[in-house]
Amino acid sequence: MSYLKPVILSIFILFFIAGSAYSSQVRSQLAQESTLEQVMKRGVMRVGMSTFVPWAMQSKEGEFIGFEIDVATRLAQDMGVNVEFVPTRWSGIIPALLTGKFDIIIGGMGIRPDRNLKVNFSMPYDYSGMSIVAHKQKAKGFTSLDDFNSSDVTIAARLGTTAASAAGDFMPEASLRLFDDEAQAIQELMNGRVHAVVASAPLPAFQAIQHPDRLFVPIEENFTQEPIGFAVRKGDYDIINFLDNWIRFVQAEGWLKQRKHYWFETRDWADQIR
Amino acid sequence: MRFFKNFYHALISQSFQDIVKFFIILGLLYWLISTGSERLEYNWQWYRVKQFLFTLDQNGFVPGPLLQGLWVTLKIAFLSLFLTLIFGLITAIFRLSDSFVASLLARVYVESIRNTPLLIQLLFNYFVLSPILGIDAFMTAVLTLSLFEGAYASEIIRAGIQSIDKGQWESAQSTGLNRMQTYFYIIIPQAYKFLIPPITNQSVALIKDSALVSTIAIYDLTMQGQVVISNTFLTFEIWFTVAVIYLSVALFITFVVYVLEMYLHRGVQS
Repeated sequence: MSYLKPVILSIFILFFIAGSAYSSQVRSQLAQESTLEQVMKRGVMRVGMSTFVPWAMQSKEGEFIGFEIDVATRLAQDMGVNVEFVPTRWSGIIPALLTGKFDIIIGGMGIRPDRNLKVNFSMPYDYSGMSIVAHKQKAKGFTSLDDFNSSDVTIAARLGTTAASAAGDFMPEASLRLFDDEAQAIQELMNGRVHAVVASAPLPAFQAIQHPDRLFVPIEENFTQEPIGFAVRKGDYDIINFLDNWIRFVQAEGWLKQRKHYWFETRDWADQIR
Repeated sequence: MRFFKNFYHALISQSFQDIVKFFIILGLLYWLISTGSERLEYNWQWYRVKQFLFTLDQNGFVPGPLLQGLWVTLKIAFLSLFLTLIFGLITAIFRLSDSFVASLLARVYVESIRNTPLLIQLLFNYFVLSPILGIDAFMTAVLTLSLFEGAYASEIIRAGIQSIDKGQWESAQSTGLNRMQTYFYIIIPQAYKFLIPPITNQSVALIKDSALVSTIAIYDLTMQGQVVISNTFLTFEIWFTVAVIYLSVALFITFVVYVLEMYLHRGVQS
């Protein structure tokens, strides 16, 4: 029985060699198929986005400008590729990512568990919150969320946004009217058909400043805080690792903070849009 | 020997060949859909769809959001169809009248409605006109749809009226009937049989066009579908389900009208 030991040992060694070869093959295949590799090969990063003031807007020249546009442009620049923006309706943006219409969503997307079931998120690079703007006559004397939480109150929001779910969570009694973009929801409010519009800050405050005769901000501070991340397809570790470290890098630089300040706390860009 | 002959004839017979072709096409379709869905790398979760149609538990049968939406769609479609026929008939009669103003009015209405997109009309009516008139979203949708489909229906009705022989008008006049009486006692009773197929098409178009009312936040079938998708991201499953519901409603209407036609044409030699 003295020959048994070396036989068993050599079988083990064989398995080990084959196994490690196989796993390195799988690893290189994963790296090959990563969105990161695909983007580098193509030389273009396709970014899914939707217009949200001031995350992404169209300037007078028809160019996209805004906080997210700056972020996406810088990200592509640091990867050494060009950026291509793919404007998509917000309500269909996740399916469009899943079917490969673009590589990544950079559009102020809030990190939510229900979304995370379908896509992977990077670490947060920004935090936003929900805010509310109300009609002066219809919502006279409303000062808290409880005032809005009653069955004779109607709230408008944008379909498929965290604003729509926040309105449902915080004001379950109120009836909800959902539109495909904020402009329609605001128009509904201007016509006095709804009591208030819920949207990500700072849009509600901007609207109140623009139409001081009709609209007001009933609650000064944001009533939710939510992390914002990049969304990519599932099963791709490489791109997530790259994005996370890129975020750490530009955060340490102070660049993110400075951009955030420019787009959210100043109005220096107001003359660039129509 | 004779058996083989019969068998051979059956094999080359037209109907048998048709059945084979049908199954070949069916197989191709199935192959197309299955490979397409595999290539999408989409994680299908059909088992999550049923609860959005209805739930059956100790509370009995509770319609889910999609069936509630279908009910709203049917309400809109039914009201709109009724108004469509009224608008269509009035416009057709205006169009054929001797009065220059009436026929001009009818023409302007038909041409302006038929040459602008329904979506734009809907948004314009809802955000611009309805606050002035003070009507709610539901009525705005019904009116917009019936004005739109009414323009098409008026052309159908006009063609139907004109297809009636001129002699009928002359004999009606000679018996002393006035224009309105002629329309209601002589012309329309003869014309409506020709109108049924194109008007059926129009009704099916109306149901499909009613999907657009979701843009003004009316919770019809399409809107409910969008809301469910925005909460669950079951994009393809829900859209397919919604499409099948629309298809079944349209086919049901077509079938009912077919039966009705059979009944109307009984004893008529074609």
